[in-house]
Amino acid sequence: MTWDWAFAFEIFPRILQGVGVTIGATFSAFAISLTLGLVLTLLRRLSFKPLSLTVAGIIEFIRVTPPLVQLFFVYFAFDMGPFLTGAIVLGVHYSTYVSEVYRSGINSVPKSQWEASRALNFSPVQTWRKVVLPQAIPPIIPMLGNYLIILFKETPLLMGIYVTEMMMIARSIGAETYRFLEPITIVGFIFLVLSYPCALFIRYLERRSGQIPGSAEKGVKA
Amino acid sequence: MTEVAENLEPAREVIVRYNNVKKAFGINIVLNDLNLDVYKGEKVALIGPSGSGKTTIIRMLMTLEQPSSGTIEIDGEHLWHKEVNGQLKDADEKHLRKVRGKIGMVFQQYNLFPHMSIMRNCTEAPIHVLGLSKDEAKERALQMLQKVGLSDKVDMYPSQLSGGQQQRVAIARSLVMQPKVMLFDEVTAALDPELVGEVLEVIKDIASEGETTMMLITHEMDFARDVADRVLFLDNGLIAEHGTPYDVIENPQSDRLKSFLGRFNSAH
Repeated sequence: MTWDWAFAFEIFPRILQGVGVTIGATFSAFAISLTLGLVLTLLRRLSFKPLSLTVAGIIEFIRVTPPLVQLFFVYFAFDMGPFLTGAIVLGVHYSTYVSEVYRSGINSVPKSQWEASRALNFSPVQTWRKVVLPQAIPPIIPMLGNYLIILFKETPLLMGIYVTEMMMIARSIGAETYRFLEPITIVGFIFLVLSYPCALFIRYLERRSGQIPGSAEKGVKA
Repeated sequence: MTEVAENLEPAREVIVRYNNVKKAFGINIVLNDLNLDVYKGEKVALIGPSGSGKTTIIRMLMTLEQPSSGTIEIDGEHLWHKEVNGQLKDADEKHLRKVRGKIGMVFQQYNLFPHMSIMRNCTEAPIHVLGLSKDEAKERALQMLQKVGLSDKVDMYPSQLSGGQQQRVAIARSLVMQPKVMLFDEVTAALDPELVGEVLEVIKDIASEGETTMMLITHEMDFARDVADRVLFLDNGLIAEHGTPYDVIENPQSDRLKSFLGRFNSAH
């Protein structure tokens, strides 16, 4: 099969139309995973064991089953439409990874910060909002960014449930014209153009994250 | 003989009372049947080897550690318990919050909030816990930062200050909350020797104003002698000796205390 430039230019605008859906699905799913991920992390920390263990079990279950299977299952089990199904399933799936990231951020806040909050009589909610999360989240922003890119690259899965993102469009073009090379290559190219700058930006954030003022506490001298 | 002396004085008001307080971590008993009254405005220094239970005494008062048994009262109210129909029940978070507000604490490692400016370190709790307006809180914070000599550092971050300065901010941050009892947990132990003096001076200043009750854990014997009305020597989870600084530091009775103090003399 030889590459046909004329054909590539002809179909490019049509594939580009799917970018909005791809990006929209990515950010919707990511917003869900950021919110739900935090909720899962907080639920897992509860001292009420039955609840925290149940949550841990659910997280494990979601993580060990393929997202594609989850997509099909939710698509056929609930009548929510392809886009909403896609955003929710990917969002829930990634929330289990994101919750792990939150957990590492929260664990990195020293116990002494919790104690200082108590000595100033902050309520538990105030302690989380004013003291713990503002210190837990900046260091994990690069890790969260990585998950955003991975999630972005996973959106072609949504083709399985007929979301008209780029990959879906490319496949329909292929089915109509029997030419797959150009449309698939174009999709890959668009993904590259969008995700590479993001990856660079995250690497920049990673380099900077060691330099947040006061993020490192002095070692304990006994 | 101390009892006689106490009876002759005008009635003093007890602000902190430990009743048969025990604390164990697993099988390790760190505090054995503590009974202690601290009077309003009194400055009590706690000395003793590490592991003797002195830190546990003040951490239980700050509600950072729960007693294994016994009760603690502050200003006439139970700290870890709540009276329901004349019976003592474990306190809930709401009760703890109400009572905890009477207590403030300064830590060995300062524990400032690294992501907040010095000013915000000192105003966040008064605004959100005491409900002061921003202006009121700032005014009060500035007053206290002046007292510790750091009113020119309000816009800086903790990491930009020396250890001694950070500890003075921590003292100001605690003072802004106007606690009735202030706890100092080896507040100079993490400091470089040349920075110890500035922090101790600040504490002496506050102590000399009189009103605030203080419990101080310290290894600075000269400081304990200058500031404290009473010194407690803790050993193996018990108050082994207690009395005026003169009684305890200048005139130790037990061999344990003598050898403990001897370590400091030889260090100087």
